[in-house]
Amino acid sequence: MRFYGAIVVALLIANAAFAAEIPQAERRSGHSFMKPDTRAMQDEETANPGMLWVLDGETLWKRKLGAANKACADCHGDARTSMKGVAARYPAYDKATGRPIDLEQRVNSCRSNHQQATPLPYESRELLALTAFVARQSQGTAIETGDDPELAPFIAKGRELYMQRQGQLNLACANCHDDNWDKKLAGSAITQGHPTGYPLYRLEWQSLGSLQRRLRACITGIRAQAYDYGAPELVELELYLMSRARGMPMEAPGVRP
Amino acid sequence: MRKPGLQPLRQKSLAKLGFRISASILAGALLALPGDAGAQELRNYTVVGDAIPLSLTGVAGDAARGRALVVERSSTCILCHSGPFPEQKFQGDLAPDLSGSGSRASEGQLRLRLVDASRLNAATIMPSYYRVDGLNRVGTPWRGKSILSAEQIEDIVAYLVSLRE
Ligand code: HEC
Ligand code: HEC
Repeated sequence: MRFYGAIVVALLIANAAFAAEIPQAERRSGHSFMKPDTRAMQDEETANPGMLWVLDGETLWKRKLGAANKACADCHGDARTSMKGVAARYPAYDKATGRPIDLEQRVNSCRSNHQQATPLPYESRELLALTAFVARQSQGTAIETGDDPELAPFIAKGRELYMQRQGQLNLACANCHDDNWDKKLAGSAITQGHPTGYPLYRLEWQSLGSLQRRLRACITGIRAQAYDYGAPELVELELYLMSRARGMPMEAPGVRP
Repeated sequence: MRKPGLQPLRQKSLAKLGFRISASILAGALLALPGDAGAQELRNYTVVGDAIPLSLTGVAGDAARGRALVVERSSTCILCHSGPFPEQKFQGDLAPDLSGSGSRASEGQLRLRLVDASRLNAATIMPSYYRVDGLNRVGTPWRGKSILSAEQIEDIVAYLVSLRE
């Protein structure tokens, strides 16, 4: 580490750190980074623990509730047709608020406006079940999020958050998920951070969890201040991640170590 | 002299980075860094070239304590680095193996690397372990605190110096 040597090395590394975003052809789901037994657990419906939430969600879909005494099915009918491909377009632009909303917020807006019921908190069993059930109807559908031109400024904000260094460890999402996705962080594979499988079952959580739960874990991991569930910044990050994964097939509910 | 924040790093032009690097290493040659007012009091230290030649605490660290710190997950080193720690099942591979650190760098160079690696390479992903300024959105439990204390830095430096190849 000699004086000038250090500068030359620093410049070379600085150069490498400007690595472009992941080219289309090289994009890989977190699924492909897992060991064969964990992959099989996701792939086989009978072994995938997330399917328990999907089944619960199907029951909730048909349950009448709220002051309106209506079920999701009363407005949307058979989810197998009406919800096909929907999750692959979320977060979507919401005209009422002039902002993107994620699938959880869409479910809650239907609850408040059409069922006249109270909104469900993030990570509640019911909200996870309903979002898992809706997302399952997009199994294999290519992600389309971001088509709506109204979303462009919000995607740009999400991208800015993704590129920005933060926290006591001073790392950006991109430092790990764009620049080091072929590496290991203390033994665990760093993936490209594509949100194709959410909500998903993490063996570490022993539960299904939303994409926001995962993002908050990464943010706390770099010792930054985690945004509250539902915060606009988290939705913008979700939006950027989904638009970054455009064309990749949906695989919810995923399984991860 | 206060270091400006690093972000948004990826949008910075190479020329600017080059400037930053030469400015921080060449321009000052001798730079005293005061701690952030109101935040944890960091001890003053002096950067000479690419090194901090003098101990932050004025005394030598303890290599055995340093080794224990390096392998402890909360120190974060082995999230990214591997090293001569056969008992550690989970080590990172985002960064060079720490074996032989003491043969590749002097004690003072290792100290600056730990205190603030971004002065050597503005684009590095290695966190600055003894710095509280220029950071963004630090979480409440960590705000205003350096990742490691001066004593911990000295213990780790003593350990790294002992890693010879
Ligand atoms: C220090 C490295 C690091 C940083 C910085 C980081 N992550 Fe992660 N991230 C990981 C690791 C390790 C995992 C767990 C393995 C996996 O599932 O990718 C993960 C998982 C994820 C996943 C789940 C991928 C999947 O297939 O289920 C997403 C999405 C994600 N991160 C997004 C982000 C975002 C957004 C940020 C910034 C706010 C961020 N990460 C910052 C290391 C990091
Ligand atoms: C988030 C990743 C990360 C963490 C955490 C990290 N480092 Fe590093 N470290 C690096 C990288 C990358 C380099 C390579 C040079 C560079 O980028 O500046 C490096 C370089 C080094 C070097 C010089 C190695 C050589 O052979 O030139 C030493 C010594 C070192 N780190 C020690 C440590 C210690 C001790 C800790 C914990 C207190 C630590 N690092 C934490 C990423 C990290």
